[in-house]
Amino acid sequence: MTAIAFPPPPPCPQAETLRLEVRDFLAAELAGRTPRQRAESWNGYDRDFSRKMGQRGWIGMTWPKRYGGHERSALERYVVLEEMLAAGAPVNMHWIADRQSGPLLLRAGTEAQRSAILPRIAAGECGFCIGMSEPDSGSDLASVRTRAAPVQGGFLVNGTKLWTSGAHLADYMILFCRTGPGERHEGTSQLLVDLKHTKGLSIRPVRALSGEHHFNEVVFTDAFLPEDAVIGQLGQGWQQVTSELAYERSGPERFLSSFQVVVELLRAAGPAPSERVAVAVGRLAAHMIALRRMSRSVAGMLQQGGNPALEAALVKEVGNTLEQEIPEIVRLLLEAEPEADGADQLAAVLGHTMLHIPSFSLRGGTREVLRGMIARGLGLR
Amino acid sequence: MPDESNLLQLTANRVFADHVSPRVLAAAEAGTWPAAAWAEIEAAGLTRALLPEAAGGYGVEPAEALSILAVAGAHAVPLPLAETMLAGWLLAGAGLDMPDGPLSVAPVRATDSLALTARAGGGWHLSGTVRRVPWGRNVAALAVVAMHRAAPMVALVPAGAWTLEPAHNLALEPRDTLHIAADLPAEAVAPAGVEAAHLRAMGAAMRSQQMAGALGKLVESCTQYALDRVQFGRPIGKFQAVQHNLAVLAGQAAAATAAADGAAEALAPVRLLPIAAAKQRTGEAASQGAAIAHQVHGAIGFTYEHSLHYLTKRLWSWRDEFGNEAEWAALLGRHMAAAGPDRLWFEITAA
Repeated sequence: MTAIAFPPPPPCPQAETLRLEVRDFLAAELAGRTPRQRAESWNGYDRDFSRKMGQRGWIGMTWPKRYGGHERSALERYVVLEEMLAAGAPVNMHWIADRQSGPLLLRAGTEAQRSAILPRIAAGECGFCIGMSEPDSGSDLASVRTRAAPVQGGFLVNGTKLWTSGAHLADYMILFCRTGPGERHEGTSQLLVDLKHTKGLSIRPVRALSGEHHFNEVVFTDAFLPEDAVIGQLGQGWQQVTSELAYERSGPERFLSSFQVVVELLRAAGPAPSERVAVAVGRLAAHMIALRRMSRSVAGMLQQGGNPALEAALVKEVGNTLEQEIPEIVRLLLEAEPEADGADQLAAVLGHTMLHIPSFSLRGGTREVLRGMIARGLGLR
Repeated sequence: MPDESNLLQLTANRVFADHVSPRVLAAAEAGTWPAAAWAEIEAAGLTRALLPEAAGGYGVEPAEALSILAVAGAHAVPLPLAETMLAGWLLAGAGLDMPDGPLSVAPVRATDSLALTARAGGGWHLSGTVRRVPWGRNVAALAVVAMHRAAPMVALVPAGAWTLEPAHNLALEPRDTLHIAADLPAEAVAPAGVEAAHLRAMGAAMRSQQMAGALGKLVESCTQYALDRVQFGRPIGKFQAVQHNLAVLAGQAAAATAAADGAAEALAPVRLLPIAAAKQRTGEAASQGAAIAHQVHGAIGFTYEHSLHYLTKRLWSWRDEFGNEAEWAALLGRHMAAAGPDRLWFEITAA
């Protein structure tokens, strides 16, 4: 059995100075943002806002300076992330690039890829999407069928990616596909796709149940990618993809998606709430305090070069449960019928969040997949 | 379970592993004081772990001292180690000497209090009834907190200064009612170094550690049982439904440990919010964790013969002691409401 350990988050005094700086910035920048807009959490999209964050040095914070980064600690980066989410800042444009695409390029990309792209991500001018899932490959990523066939000077790609959040807005996709012989995990690679300049791509919206357009279907039809689009080693796609997971699953976005609902509950309940409301709010706060410590502990482990994939899965497992139950608890405490775009802000925040709840335990690995990973970590499979 | 880099935890683990067996636990439930185990715990200095070196302690951070209680929880140690540490902490904070022997504290119930009055000829009189006093019948003395002219005082009350009605928690650990009426010498009473509410807060932080340790042990023992027990031709741990239950248990144990460790770092000086969060979170994890542990173990885990119940009965008891989840959640929730919606996040990050 693997020992599951969440060591104390390493102390980081400079992170607390940074926190105050970030709060001042957010108070000024988000002054006009309504609670309903804040409830979009990391789905909120605003290129200008991302550029301003880039100017502040808050994207690619841990990367080397020669790639536009700022060589700050993972705990400092964590402070920026959690403050953005808690304030409901529109961070979607740069979120994926900052969280996993940039780190992947830094780890496995060619020098040319790093120099060309990382500084643009850090400047808040370049967004990424993840090309993993397919119509017949959801949780079972190793069953992907999209293939990049070698041709003179590069590859011809054919296949379909699905549930590709933000493909219609992003500049690049990191495509996970087959490039060689072999089945399942073998013969897979990651390729960099320039979404704005590659021919043979069609990006079609897949509207979510709320009516919103986040998802896309991206069809590759004899799309040509140059040789230098390969990230890392040809055939090592599976190893590269799985090393992204600890980054993808352990962050504060795995338990703060419904945070604005609690904020608006407190606004409606006032400074001296009923015992029922106080107990409910206190319980939710207690859960957030514990999760925050777990999540910061993983940030500390990542900083020290570990691969805490199991601990990250536990953060997401516990965190998703919390963010999904928040609206269910709050709706019974107040007289507010949820209405996603209603004038009443509590009803709107509640409504918007409820319409997104099912996705919390699907995106980034379903609850079932994560529990399977945890069971493997315990030595049960 | 013990952290290899934590010498105190390793020492505690060795002492408990050597002296707390299912046989000792069964005898303790039947009313036999585990004298050998207690002697070893005291000899190893564990009861003074929270004290400065000058007072016979280890001189470690309070968080490290409290971490031995997670180990004690994992072993279901049927002794007042937490209570003796808590009494020593109260006495040291008031500048009073900590006596040897098992100790406990009072009042532990939010609605109980003791009356402390100065006697005309010098010295003090202490009186009142306190319920659910842990190990009341076994201790050499009590450290009590009582108000005198609106100031919290700590008094050292020797055994014999009370009459006792026995009572127990679900794990059959003594939780006695004490009717105290005692004349105390002047030197047995001193102004407390902490607020009156901090007795229960410290107790809550300690129970949180014990619950987190017990839950960590449940993850280990349930996983092992699921690998060993064969049904339908394979270990039950190969069934996805069982795996997912164990994954949930692991998540609850991890959250409990995070919350309890956060509280252990909030003791010098005492900060109530992280402690409130810990008692709420560990208590809730105890409920879910004990339920899953029993489900995984099936009928054998429901027997007295199997040792699972020594942990689960403690979890069911400890979650209610020194304030249950609702009591601490209400404190936390009222604080957040008073701070207001736009400061909620600031309060969470400060906790």
